[in-house]
Amino acid sequence: MTTKNVRVKIDELKTNLGLIKNLDLSVGKIVDDSWTEPMGPTPMPGLTTLRDWDMTLLNKYKPFYMPDCDLCCLCTYGKCDLTAGKRGACGLNIADQSSRIVLIACCIGAATHNGHARHVVDHLIEKYGRRYPLDIGGLNVKVEAPVTRLVTGVRPQTLGDLDEVLTYCESQITHLLSVAHTGQESSNLDFESKALHAGRIDQVGMEVADIAQVSVFDFPKADPEAPLIKMGIGTVDQSKPVIMCIGHNVVPSVGIIDYMKEQKLDDKMEVVGLCCTAIDNTRYFDRAKIVGPISWELRFIRGGFADVVVLDEQCVRTDASLEAERVKAPVIAASEKNCIGYKNRTNDPADQIVEDLVSGKVPGVLILDPEKVGEVAVKVANRVAPIRKKMKSLPEIEEIKELAKKCRNCNMCQRSCPQDLSIPKAIKAAAEGNYAPLADLYEECIGCGRCEEACPVKLEIHSFILKIGEKNMLEETNYCRSGRGAIQDVEIRSVGGPIVLGEIPGIVALVGCANYPHGGKDVYDICREFALRRFIVVTSGCSAMSAGSYRNEEGKTLYEEFPGGFEAGGVLNVGSCVSNPHIAGAAIKVANIFAKRNLRGNYEEIADYIHNRVGAVGLAWGAYSQKAASIASGFWSLGVPVLVGPHGSKYRRMLLGREDKPDNWEVYDARTGDKVNVGPAPEHLFQTVETPQEAMVTIAKLCIRPNDTWKGRSIKLSHYIDLHKRHYGLMPPDIDRFIRTPADIPMTMKDEITALLKAKGWKESIIPDPTLLPRMIRKTKE
Amino acid sequence: MSCEPWQCAEIAATKKANPIQKPEIAVAMIKRAVRPILVVGSNATARFMEGKPLIDFLIDFANASKVPVVATAHMVSEFLKRGYTPAGYMSAMDIGNRLVDPTWQGLDGKGHPDLAIFVGLPYYMESLILSGLKHFAPDLKTMTIDNLYHAHASWSYPNSTLEAWAENLKVMTLKFKEGGN
Ligand code: SF4
Ligand code: SF4
Ligand code: SF4
Repeated sequence: MTTKNVRVKIDELKTNLGLIKNLDLSVGKIVDDSWTEPMGPTPMPGLTTLRDWDMTLLNKYKPFYMPDCDLCCLCTYGKCDLTAGKRGACGLNIADQSSRIVLIACCIGAATHNGHARHVVDHLIEKYGRRYPLDIGGLNVKVEAPVTRLVTGVRPQTLGDLDEVLTYCESQITHLLSVAHTGQESSNLDFESKALHAGRIDQVGMEVADIAQVSVFDFPKADPEAPLIKMGIGTVDQSKPVIMCIGHNVVPSVGIIDYMKEQKLDDKMEVVGLCCTAIDNTRYFDRAKIVGPISWELRFIRGGFADVVVLDEQCVRTDASLEAERVKAPVIAASEKNCIGYKNRTNDPADQIVEDLVSGKVPGVLILDPEKVGEVAVKVANRVAPIRKKMKSLPEIEEIKELAKKCRNCNMCQRSCPQDLSIPKAIKAAAEGNYAPLADLYEECIGCGRCEEACPVKLEIHSFILKIGEKNMLEETNYCRSGRGAIQDVEIRSVGGPIVLGEIPGIVALVGCANYPHGGKDVYDICREFALRRFIVVTSGCSAMSAGSYRNEEGKTLYEEFPGGFEAGGVLNVGSCVSNPHIAGAAIKVANIFAKRNLRGNYEEIADYIHNRVGAVGLAWGAYSQKAASIASGFWSLGVPVLVGPHGSKYRRMLLGREDKPDNWEVYDARTGDKVNVGPAPEHLFQTVETPQEAMVTIAKLCIRPNDTWKGRSIKLSHYIDLHKRHYGLMPPDIDRFIRTPADIPMTMKDEITALLKAKGWKESIIPDPTLLPRMIRKTKE
Repeated sequence: MSCEPWQCAEIAATKKANPIQKPEIAVAMIKRAVRPILVVGSNATARFMEGKPLIDFLIDFANASKVPVVATAHMVSEFLKRGYTPAGYMSAMDIGNRLVDPTWQGLDGKGHPDLAIFVGLPYYMESLILSGLKHFAPDLKTMTIDNLYHAHASWSYPNSTLEAWAENLKVMTLKFKEGGN
């Protein structure tokens, strides 16, 4: 890309008007005159540009609302009671309100990722200039930003190009959020369409953030052999000063790691992380350690491991600073989005800030200069570590017994626990000296602390669980593969055919947060099941950590057991939350590189292609955040089904197909224009699954696509049938819906299925060239 | 026995379930229904009373009451293992989504259910589905026979102990056995 613009950069200029410093002026727009791919119909779509596509999906997968609240309280006309069809003072009903909440969640998610991207891109432009070239994987990745190309029609080549892309995204988010104002949109389906648009913008924002950081910080570049990273509290050398970084934005951590290296302290200290910052730290520095997912913040701080806590943005417990104070660990707030009420010390000399933190004069500071964060964090950790001596805020075991005797058996802890854990029973047992029931809670507890807030006698229940589980905690030593980033073009070339034909039975992406119903082991089990079945298993974020937190019979973690390539039987971690577009990007690249469809500004056609041909499914087993909502929305919009675990039902709206309604499953055959019933493939776009067993059966089923060849279909069906029989105890009753010709029938089950088809009065049908878009029909009927 | 939602923050209901003070009342309601169904969730094998899993109590109840069972998640296999064949099985979201469709003709194609009884789903999921039904299936009555109060149902037992729950389920089963159905 060439940028036909004028750039003036003046570091210092004395003029009659005074002294001008750091002036950086750019005039002009990006004109890409080297990209020959023709522009598609929808570059930089506005709010309604892709509305027809959205409505096509929403007609096939209708919203099922489960309002979390009967009321709306968003304006002063309210509160309005919207129960069972009543309208509010503004005329809104509960379906509209429910979809409005979905839109708001998706806007928050999209704004958060785009805000993150904006911070990273602006920071990097300031440091390295707009012309800094993007490099996602050298010659291995020519389609460097598939989502951005698809949505915006821009092929970004420099940091400056990303700035332009973000400007578009920011304008869309502003418009989208404005739609949620009272007296704007009045149809639930239009709210839903806008939520899908927020998902598209979210994907672009995430992609921008990740390709910027991959390029500049030299993260693994589309590397199937990205390093294996030590993970777990047990891997942290507690004899060393420990800096703990929590959040999602790697920029302050880069300041820390650079300073440590500069001072040659990198093997004398530990930098550990929680949540996505942890993953991105390891992409920058392979000796950084991951201690765990978002839900382990209290575990790590109360356990006393951290000498300095550095908080950046997103999913940071808002009481992390108070918890750190209890263990006398100074806190550095490093993001303008999370200032914690601390004084802004960005412009103070580093040594003065260090003195104030070490002496305990202040518990924490706000520093918005990442390099200064680095210097202060390293110096403070080294001075504080010998004083703190890893001070914990956990009780001793004997104390637990005594404290537990205060329990009134009021049940408020259990009633406040999102997991409905049997806490009162465990406390009662502890009072009698039996700690086994408390130990049983360790794996399922998500560390939210709600039990403690509810307890009328102020028992620190979560700390009790941690203390009893301490031995396990200290033995946690596993491996996570560092985030590899994008999928290489050559990998797409070799698996594109088998995916589209159905011979690789599917791509399963386990992504998102750690609000699991029964601990992280389910994530591991699901990943392993599908890797052994030679699906392509992709992970990111906290799910990537949980996937690596358990071992097989030979003592190997998933990332040691399976290769890290985008291949049948591969288990690959793309990276942090903002790396999720590499998963969407892989599906887009199948359409582009394998099927040679133009992707530039050609959203609808590519989404239609993916929806009908690429057997990809996302599972966010522990999704909790608004960002997870917008990430899911970006996948829905591409026609990729997403499943969430039971807590995901709280997103309050599913997008469900009706398997029992035949008209739901008609597509056009692009060759003839005929309508062909292809069965419920895929059946849903967004669905909550209740148990891991249900998740596994549903994943296998949702990988089925209308375009599967007979060979691919029979492979997919054999996995679906096998898992269904194993977990549901019988042959799937809907199998006839997925068999188009006798060749689709898995060989080993021929007799059983043939009999079943006969009983159902099954008729043979054709395998169409499937599309939902009338304009893709090549020959219309007379 | 309290009629506050079991999970503390689940309070936002303007139209709250009538409490079922005695199992006989639930039995009378079920008998009055023409096309009831019983939706059984994954806690059926995770809750234990009197040394038996909840599902055993539910099989007895279903056999006695002849209310057709819809098993959610992977519970169908648990029913089959115990020699009981449910009338249907599907994801909890699917049964909720069918129940809000007035044109859905039920599992047997003979007519839309007029009473949906829920038991054994994770509390918050059950609560959300009941909310969906309260708002979008105004003609459908809903009931839960859990031991936890669900504000969004039409009828719910108050919060009670496992012992009281076992007793309620047994009494309901007995009443159906005694009185036919
Ligand atoms: S936005 Fe509408 S429904 Fe909500 S409180 Fe205001 S008037 Fe009532
Ligand atoms: S900290 Fe653990 S035990 Fe306490 S309420 Fe949260 S999940 Fe339940
Ligand atoms: S809330 Fe506190 S007092 Fe009440 S049962 Fe739980 S531990 Fe005991």
